[in-house]
Amino acid sequence: MTAPLVKPKKKNPVERTRLSTRPPVPRSRSAQGLTRAAAEGSFELQVCAECSTVQYPPREVCGNCLSAHLQWKPVDNRGQLIATTTLRHSNDLYFRERLPWRVGTVKMAAGPVVVAHVHEDCVADGPVRLTLKLDRSGQAVLHALPEKDTPNMSDAAQLRESTCDPKFRRVLVTDGKSAMGLAVAKAMLDAGANAVFLGDPTSWKANAAFDRLATDPRVQVVELDVTDTDSVDRLAASIGGKVEILVNTASYLRDGGILGRKDVILARDAMEVNVLGLMRLAQAFGPGMCFRAADGSNNAVAWVNILSIHAFAALPARGAWSASMAAALSAAQTLRAELSGAGVRVLNVFPGPIDEEWEQLTPPPKLAPAAIAKAIVKGLQDGIEDAYVGDIAEEIRERLRENHKAVERELGQ
Amino acid sequence: MSNPILAQFMNELLSGRLKLVDLTQTLAPEFPTIVLPPEFGQAWPFRIEEISHYDERGPAWYWNNFSMSEHTGTHFDAPAHWVSGKDQPDNTVDSIPAENFIATACVIDVSAESAENPDFLLTIDYVKAWEEKHGRIPERAWVLLRTDWSKRTTPKEYLNMAEDGAHSPGPDAEVVPWLIRERNVHGFGTESVGTDAGQAHHLNPPYPCHYYMHGNNRYGLQCLTNLDQLPPQGTLIFAAPLKIRKGSGSPLRVLALAPSA
Repeated sequence: MTAPLVKPKKKNPVERTRLSTRPPVPRSRSAQGLTRAAAEGSFELQVCAECSTVQYPPREVCGNCLSAHLQWKPVDNRGQLIATTTLRHSNDLYFRERLPWRVGTVKMAAGPVVVAHVHEDCVADGPVRLTLKLDRSGQAVLHALPEKDTPNMSDAAQLRESTCDPKFRRVLVTDGKSAMGLAVAKAMLDAGANAVFLGDPTSWKANAAFDRLATDPRVQVVELDVTDTDSVDRLAASIGGKVEILVNTASYLRDGGILGRKDVILARDAMEVNVLGLMRLAQAFGPGMCFRAADGSNNAVAWVNILSIHAFAALPARGAWSASMAAALSAAQTLRAELSGAGVRVLNVFPGPIDEEWEQLTPPPKLAPAAIAKAIVKGLQDGIEDAYVGDIAEEIRERLRENHKAVERELGQ
Repeated sequence: MSNPILAQFMNELLSGRLKLVDLTQTLAPEFPTIVLPPEFGQAWPFRIEEISHYDERGPAWYWNNFSMSEHTGTHFDAPAHWVSGKDQPDNTVDSIPAENFIATACVIDVSAESAENPDFLLTIDYVKAWEEKHGRIPERAWVLLRTDWSKRTTPKEYLNMAEDGAHSPGPDAEVVPWLIRERNVHGFGTESVGTDAGQAHHLNPPYPCHYYMHGNNRYGLQCLTNLDQLPPQGTLIFAAPLKIRKGSGSPLRVLALAPSA
């Protein structure tokens, strides 16, 4: 049985910090289908459209009938361990620092035999569940998990290499005064975070819920205005070495398209917060997080951006804001590429309408900030990198795949 | 031929018999800017980004880009800032005659009253009592309200925001037209974020200092500091806003000349 994770001791300040290394990166283009599924937390393999054979590893033509019509589909993830072994030696820099490492072969109920990282609680020759996860290099790998959940199973060191659990980690919530920031901070504490740095962009403004949360001994209020480079730099200089998960809740949403206004001030303010704010945070906090990406069991692991489904499809009624969301998504993709070298994951969250003051006139269904916070915690625990939250986000995404022009027309009405 | 008055002036200054007092707050991102209800347009606070600092972006030079509104930090309000002053002649910072940037000033000390009551309002009676003690306000003089608000160093204390809005001292709705009509003042200056009191939207007319001063082509100064270093009478103020085309106001350096105590 997995030993429960213990609260990490204070760091020995005269020990050298272990630098991050990455598991092997190269994958074929076909294998990136696994990455897409793992990034969203689904379990998919290629299935032949002609003979229904499930394929593994990913390939160009069916291993059974040579058909080129292979489709990525959710498949049965159950299987049986055939053989396991525990590696005690590796010439790979990443694995040699994390030995011993258990691997094995699994005969899937769906057909193929696969090689997987094997959870320590899996019984030899026993039944397992397979799951697709991203490893520290951001590539998909298969983990074999026990058939049923075991106590503390998510604490297993091998599995934690693919997840970003807030448990015993320190989290910076960049705007802790918004409904979203408050919800995220609470969710992180409930998920076992050791500390939450609660950003306050408006120290002059009273907020009873904020003040209540600030009385929790695990919460430390910090002044942070993402539109002010100096404020971001000062905070990073003070706590940059302690932030293991950063959740950017700073957000600026206002109604209005483009022709209806005489100025671009609203658009500029949206860009200042939603795009340039993200970049300022990245420049200030990114390097410190990269440096601590392999630093013990509370290493820096994740960067969370709360974007919107409208990053993919503009809502003309909020045109300037939609443009800032699209720009923020683009910046977040660059950040993902830049942080991937150290193995720090970028989780982008795409909610639909949120039940908050600036969406007062948006008709329901609207997502409670707490629901989004919950999805963020789950996304971190599962180690995914794209989370679509709520029915509206799911629906728009689905329909964008079917006919993005139809979505464009309908959102513009 | 050099002018003997200017030479004497410089002698007074160099000898220390005249002192120069800087009435300007430092422009910094954390310095509070006036907060309007969030559905209105907002004034940009001061923001600064380094262009280069003797580094790969510019090896031998240091410089910054900055952005802010016309009404950020210690700033000057031109008559065009308020709707009541929109049709006044020469009502923007680029067209105001340059001689208006030098004027004498009276400093009315209400710091004790403001400490006790953040909503303190200056009244005609208060000014008359002040004149009894310090002499009549001369023509074309700035009236500066010393509240010691500049000593409130955190944005929270400075803006002093409660559920019903900001609380800071200012003039009442009667004293402003009286100062213009009876004393022909040059303008009104405060240490707080605006020339009007924090609760001035409840006065009649709302924001009387803005309404009457600008409606009569007079000026405003706000976010001043070091007023406690000035005598009640006899100060000379240099307050020249940036020459922004059709500008409604501008951040500026406000310098005061006063006899050394």
